[in-house]
Amino acid sequence: MYVSPIREPLIKGNKTYSQITKDIAAPIEGKPGKAWYMGLTISLSAMFFGLAMMGYTVWEGIGTWGLNRTIGWGWGITNFVWWVGIGHAGTFISAILLLFRQKWRTSINRSAEAMTIFAVMCAGLFPLIHMGRPLLAFFVFPYPNTRGLWVNFNSPLLWDVFAISTYLLVSLLFWYMGLIPDIGTMRDRVTSKAKKYIYGLLSFGWTGSVKHWQRHEKLSLILAGLAAPLVLSVHSIVSSDFATAIIPGWHTTIFPPYFVAGAIFSGFAMVLTLLIVTRKVLNLENYITLSHIESMNKIIIATGSIVGIAYMTELFISWYSGVEYEQYAFLNRATGPYWWAYAIMMTCNVISPQLLWFRKLRRNLVFTFILSIFINIGMWFERFVIIVTSLHRDYLPSSWSMYSPTIVEVGIFIGTLGLFFSCFLLFIRVFPVIAIAEIKTVIKSSGEKETKNETL
Amino acid sequence: MNTNYILSKKTKQVFLSISVIGSLLIALSFLLENPDNKQVWMNVLLNNLYFLFLSLFGALFIALHKIAHSGWHVSLKRIPEALSTFLPYSAALMFLLIFGMHDLYHWSHHDLHDPIIKGKSAYLNLPFFFIRMAVYFAGWIGLSYLLRKNSISQDLSDNYKFHKQGRILAALFMAFFAISSSTMTWDWIMSVDPHWYSTLFGWYVFIGLFVSGIAAFILIIALLKSQGYIDFVNKEHLHDLGKYLFGFSIFWMYLWFFQYMLIWYSHIPEETVYFAQRLNGFPILFFAILVLNFVFPFLALMTRNSKRNIKWLAMVAAVVLIGQWLNIYLMLSPGILGETAQIGLIEIGSACLYLGGFLFVVFNALSKKPLLCKNDPFLEESFHYET
Repeated sequence: MYVSPIREPLIKGNKTYSQITKDIAAPIEGKPGKAWYMGLTISLSAMFFGLAMMGYTVWEGIGTWGLNRTIGWGWGITNFVWWVGIGHAGTFISAILLLFRQKWRTSINRSAEAMTIFAVMCAGLFPLIHMGRPLLAFFVFPYPNTRGLWVNFNSPLLWDVFAISTYLLVSLLFWYMGLIPDIGTMRDRVTSKAKKYIYGLLSFGWTGSVKHWQRHEKLSLILAGLAAPLVLSVHSIVSSDFATAIIPGWHTTIFPPYFVAGAIFSGFAMVLTLLIVTRKVLNLENYITLSHIESMNKIIIATGSIVGIAYMTELFISWYSGVEYEQYAFLNRATGPYWWAYAIMMTCNVISPQLLWFRKLRRNLVFTFILSIFINIGMWFERFVIIVTSLHRDYLPSSWSMYSPTIVEVGIFIGTLGLFFSCFLLFIRVFPVIAIAEIKTVIKSSGEKETKNETL
Repeated sequence: MNTNYILSKKTKQVFLSISVIGSLLIALSFLLENPDNKQVWMNVLLNNLYFLFLSLFGALFIALHKIAHSGWHVSLKRIPEALSTFLPYSAALMFLLIFGMHDLYHWSHHDLHDPIIKGKSAYLNLPFFFIRMAVYFAGWIGLSYLLRKNSISQDLSDNYKFHKQGRILAALFMAFFAISSSTMTWDWIMSVDPHWYSTLFGWYVFIGLFVSGIAAFILIIALLKSQGYIDFVNKEHLHDLGKYLFGFSIFWMYLWFFQYMLIWYSHIPEETVYFAQRLNGFPILFFAILVLNFVFPFLALMTRNSKRNIKWLAMVAAVVLIGQWLNIYLMLSPGILGETAQIGLIEIGSACLYLGGFLFVVFNALSKKPLLCKNDPFLEESFHYET
């Protein structure tokens, strides 16, 4: 495979194969710093606070939330959709970018996939708690009860159950399967007996023989094939929760592809938030280079612009439709009592990413980090706008209402943030943050070549 | 290696005879079927759009791959560039609509006493309609001309400045196309059913454009190869284009399905009327489109070898091209002609007439410049890669 000399190298610093292993395994082998302990303490406290609030909800009931008869979905479903969206970058990177032969994905796929799994776990919690009595979750499984009644297969909420559990399963398999050779590497490197035993178990007896690699490659291909349509299906089906309804602001056919674009947008924003810090703290700047950041920023501006066009299309068609309720729904979004949420959404998702047209800003770490936070916030507000502003006005003015969350709902959200960051912090201590075996496959073609006679 | 395409007399005659046959069929249709003005204009609009889409795809393909820093496509780029040279002809043909507006677009009539259409008159009015048309074509033709010029300038110089300029042009084209590709479909296609609306419509039509463009690209490669040209295009390139055709056929079906499903599910009469008219009036065509554009390419291109076999791939591409033509037909004709419309001699004749002309323009453009570009910094990558 020939690589044009004008392409930027993907691995800097003239690395050899053994150096790559050393560099990436270093964070696991060394002792964690103070920052890590502090981060974990904060995350865990947030998580326990959230757990307490979840317990309170289950004990007292959904009445502890700010929902009312008009606005039956509030923060809970907003957070659910937000987390599912974030969980899109991982599979997009490992399946779709693989199909498009984007070699730069090898530096970020591992951590993005891990993030995907944690985000989907957080997302799954919300419908579960929203049931009020989590045991009711039993009845979403397609299993007839004693009266022979089945679940309602016509309901998009049920499709969600299938879509998201399939997604979690395939992402988990994909992630773990990619980890196996690296776990094998770790098993061979660690010195403590107990660690050796655990990594040994987790590596499923990986030896790195040709036969193992053959099977590994074959399974990768099959899982990538399965995962590629899943990237599209999950958020399309989540969007159906809204779009199949006849509520103005929810019922619009552009929702499925626009939700998918928005999900990839927010997923990449979260990957950037995490990796800009991780690469610095774990000394991985040679592997996650500015060129990687720039590539991710390009995906952000592409998907952000798609989302922007979708917003405009919705606005235009609501006017064009001539349907009074549609027109009002969108006018009310922009100028009604929740105008500020709409303004935040527009600023963070459509206007600020346009700055990425400038190459200087695409390669500026501080700017990218701030922008990624902006997008995380903006995409949260997008779901809030869709859910709450569409619901708070009804066909009967007597049903009009307002919504504000209680500390319980806020606490549960903070709890999921805590869970997410705790999982990520533990992950970077236990597994290699970059796929060692995979990044080695690009070093020959895309590594920086400073001296001609490098030894392998 | 012979990289200069010569448009032989024989090929020219073939193209000409396609057009002549088309003209004869149209003449025959006037004798036998006696089509009314509406039907004639519907055919003009249908083929205008169809060949405009193939041509726009050319510019889009170049722009998209340029901003994505793609390497594999570079040796092929003269073909989409040639496709884009049809754009000025498309513009001229499209402006013919000035004479056919009242036959095509119900909203263009005065004194309609229709409050819904009246509500849309700020957008759907004749002056604005043609202003928009002029803006679209100015942007598309201007930028695609500059892109082609840029690529040809790179041939003559090994200065990478053209490469950089090309990327800026490509980004401009993408931004312009991102908006105009949706609005053009509202103007030209969605407004033939002036009461109906769907937010997904623009993107749905766009994917059709992309799929038909890929199919046309594959067929041109097959044609050039059969005449002994472009032996630098290898199985890897075919495999990639085959993957595109496979993948975007699925994507087309995805958008088709969600547009249909969401409208079916919500069951709002103002929206379902669109599909009801098409499903009840054209049941065979309705499902044939799904088979030709999704079921067939999905099954036919599933294996690796099927994408690397040029004859098979070209056959699938031809089927998809017919499928996409029918798809546009079914978007237009029920709205313009009603449920009794049928595909007759005039439909086949006009498609042939346009096809002959389109092929002549594209192959003539191919013969003007070398088929293989030079000096592109990613050119070498296009020869040494595996899918």
